Amino acid sequence: MNAQYTATPREGIAYYPGCSLHGTSREFDESLRAIAPVLGLRIKEIDDWSCCGASSGHMTDHLLGVALPARNLALAEAEGFDRVVAPCAACYNRLAISQHEIAADPGLAERMPDILGRPFRNSVEVVNANQLLRDAADAIKEKTAATGKPNPLVGVKLAAYYGCLLVRPAAVAAGEDSENPSSIDDVIRACGAEAVDWNMKVECCGASLSFSRTASVVRLGRAIVSDARAHGAEAIVVACPLCHSNLDLRQKAMTARGQEPLPVIFITQLVGLALGLPAGQLGLDRHFVPTAPLLARLSERALAREADEARKKAEAAAKAAARAEKVAAAPRGGEPE
Amino acid sequence: MSRVGVFVCHCGENIARTVDVAKVAEALKDHPGVAFTTDYKYMCSDPGQALVRKAIEEHNLTGVVVAACSPHMHEKTFRNASDKAGLNKYMCEMANIREHCSWIHENRDEATAKAMDITRTIIEKVKHNKPLDPIRIPITKKALVIGAGIAGIQAALDIADGGHKVILIEKEASIGGHMSQLSETFPTLDCSQCILTPRMVEAYQHPNIELHTWSEVESIDGYIGNFTAKIRKKARTVDEDLCNGCGDCLAVCPAKRISSEFEVGLGNRTAIYVPFPQAVPNIPVLDRPNCTLFKGRAKGLAKDACGKCKEACLKGAIDFDAEDTFVEEQVGAVVVATGFQLYSIGREQPQGLKGYGEYGYGEVPDVIDGLQFERLASASGPTAGAIRRPSDGKEPKTVVFVHCVGSRDPEKGIKYCSKICCMYSAKHAMLYKHKVHDGRAVAFYMDIRAAGKGYDEFSRRAIEEDHAEYIRGRVSRIFREGDVVKVWGFDTLSGEQVVIDADMVVLATAVRPQPDAKKLAQVIGCSFDEHGFINEAHPKLRPVETNTAGVFVAGACQAPRDIPDSVAMASAAAAKVMGLFSAEELERDPAVAIVNEATCIGCMNCARACPYNAIEQREICTVDGHVCGHTAWVNPGVCQGCGTCQAVCLSKSVELQTFTDEQVYSEINALCLWE
Repeated sequence: MNAQYTATPREGIAYYPGCSLHGTSREFDESLRAIAPVLGLRIKEIDDWSCCGASSGHMTDHLLGVALPARNLALAEAEGFDRVVAPCAACYNRLAISQHEIAADPGLAERMPDILGRPFRNSVEVVNANQLLRDAADAIKEKTAATGKPNPLVGVKLAAYYGCLLVRPAAVAAGEDSENPSSIDDVIRACGAEAVDWNMKVECCGASLSFSRTASVVRLGRAIVSDARAHGAEAIVVACPLCHSNLDLRQKAMTARGQEPLPVIFITQLVGLALGLPAGQLGLDRHFVPTAPLLARLSERALAREADEARKKAEAAAKAAARAEKVAAAPRGGEPE
Repeated sequence: MSRVGVFVCHCGENIARTVDVAKVAEALKDHPGVAFTTDYKYMCSDPGQALVRKAIEEHNLTGVVVAACSPHMHEKTFRNASDKAGLNKYMCEMANIREHCSWIHENRDEATAKAMDITRTIIEKVKHNKPLDPIRIPITKKALVIGAGIAGIQAALDIADGGHKVILIEKEASIGGHMSQLSETFPTLDCSQCILTPRMVEAYQHPNIELHTWSEVESIDGYIGNFTAKIRKKARTVDEDLCNGCGDCLAVCPAKRISSEFEVGLGNRTAIYVPFPQAVPNIPVLDRPNCTLFKGRAKGLAKDACGKCKEACLKGAIDFDAEDTFVEEQVGAVVVATGFQLYSIGREQPQGLKGYGEYGYGEVPDVIDGLQFERLASASGPTAGAIRRPSDGKEPKTVVFVHCVGSRDPEKGIKYCSKICCMYSAKHAMLYKHKVHDGRAVAFYMDIRAAGKGYDEFSRRAIEEDHAEYIRGRVSRIFREGDVVKVWGFDTLSGEQVVIDADMVVLATAVRPQPDAKKLAQVIGCSFDEHGFINEAHPKLRPVETNTAGVFVAGACQAPRDIPDSVAMASAAAAKVMGLFSAEELERDPAVAIVNEATCIGCMNCARACPYNAIEQREICTVDGHVCGHTAWVNPGVCQGCGTCQAVCLSKSVELQTFTDEQVYSEINALCLWE
């Protein structure tokens, strides 16, 4: 039915926010929208997008689980995009698996337009925020340098936490090692910070058990947070709304008395900080674990570093001036009158 | 007029289930040129063959078509039967109605019609067959054995004991292969070196064996019975004839901290070295990339930076200017016994494989592989047989053995079972418990595959007598936490998660082909599987032959194998070689191309297309000896009968004797003309 169908190709990337980025993780959405124009990423939210079917869809029926995300892929395709970014890990996983399964099954691909009631060629590539930003690493470095302000992230130790759905199963891991992924680490380094080598980067956060078996989530999260802390991390960087809410919302229960909690920030917020965007614009004030103390510490260090550099520069300049004076004075003094 | 007999086989139920064989026989009875048709349950059986012979004699047949399985399976059988009945054996052909028809179809009517079509095409072909004679080739009764591990040594010794000359090639400085690195061997726990070294010495001293160590095969040309092997003898820097193995050069070498390959990184060696004290031959080799003198030369220093070994050598055996030399040998058979390597636990993996990020890519120093544990447990190893962990030299009190690392894990790129790991992990657990009495040995396994004489008893002994704790399940994660190695696993029998604070972890990594296995296979001209293991000619009936006539295979280069299997296979390959050498001449099928010199214009298109270099240019002379033209000539010994030349020949002057244009067009006509 769609043999004659072709959409006009369009620049930029389709953006599939999913429910989380419009709800509990608004800051993920806000920070992505804030950094995208700076990095030259033209993202456009898909019109009339619908649920990706995460958990409930694919647990009810396999075909439903494939078709729900495919509807959104078809919409992006109709708008002329060849790439869609789905920052939420569950959305990414469902969209990418749907794309993968339809590509692997010609029979299913043939039935898809009828099932969706619209043309569908399965031509859209699905990426997540970490892949998108890893590919933009050079732009991040360049734009960070171009701010003219001191980068608050220089030297800060951060733990990259991937969770499960962003890099699993291997078929949708986009070239990452499911057991030892590196994209978030790469982005951390591109931002000028230091990515710690730690043990829990792909361990389970407990996901939706947060509501039904809170104690399990606290136990799992505690292992993650303590390992990050033990390896010297000052914050955890995530790219999944559910990981974020589990580690952020439940961290109070995971932390011993008197211990300072570890802020949990989205990868897009991290990039925003490197780009010098204001914390408010990045939604950094929306977290349960306050980010303000960390941010204050970082800017303090940045100022100290800047002052230190300025002092060194001044000293060097003074030395150079003294030398120049000496040189200027010497021949005149030596000249016979 | 042809008188063709058609014999349709049921192959038990294999063909008869889908094809109405009686109908096929009946339908072809009146085909032009057919004198006799019949069907039978097992045509390849003795009574079936008798049926063919009887029909040839009674009906005075001029051709035979057996509609049965693939010609790879039984062409030889029926050609011999025809021969016995007095019919030239190349007048007998197979019509493949099993692999090409009954096995792949379900609809009985359609399959029957197709079986008729297939048989009819072959009848038409046979009508144009001509009686041919087999090609006779002389045989050079000398064998080349590539690789001198236990398989290569065994094959070489067996052939040499049989009275034939053997050239034995080893790429390392010493023979012995992986077996020389092992501590004890399963299932008897006898010392590996004790049973191997006598064989190594025997191979070295055998009057019929010529040994080339530190050598590689550069190229192999020719064909069965008549191979020419070019061997590169890599520059050893030490003259093998002058050196008396005193070891003075080793003592003075200043470069002492080079990671030893033999100790799998657990010990050091000097730049001029013998891999291990029992090496055969006991002649050092200079590792030029790590030598102070050669590093200086590479930098372009005017004066040599070292030279202590040369000064120390009283025999004057060291020559820094020695270069690679080449030896050419004429051999009649080749045995490939190049062995295996272990799957790397590091981050670097060859293409298609992923490596174990969840086990830290082996970056935790106390996570080692099986071969490293062998060195730790070996009396000649870096710790003189005491179990000490690499990071701090402490005696580990809890050791975890992980089976199937890489093996049986399609996610990581290897689907197959490595066969030896269950046994050697049980052995490791035992050796460990014998040396560290208060230690705890824990093994994570998928299944215990202990098929072999005394094997299951052995692995049970590890559990029951030496109290190794066997946990059925996979390890999900290995990481370092302070002083301990954390092992997270899952016990699938109790359904519980298991966390073990280990002091050391031993990964039973997969057996893989040697890194250059595919390249070598291409040099030799034998096929290999998707992993790089060399393909045997038939998995059951021709296990030590390859698809290239005259090339045999032994040991772990064909598939993961333990020592008993490798030795058995090596002896089998040796028997095959001796069988080949038992005749003065070799008979080959005349399925080769021949050139019609009357029409060939000598453009040599065919020679460029020939994948086997079987075609040469020949001069045509007038009666008084003047060269008046050129034609192509096919060497029947080298030609493999692929037919590529026939396809590219512009003047239609070259044809396979068994697939002439006339025969092929008749087959096509048979499909078009009879409906």
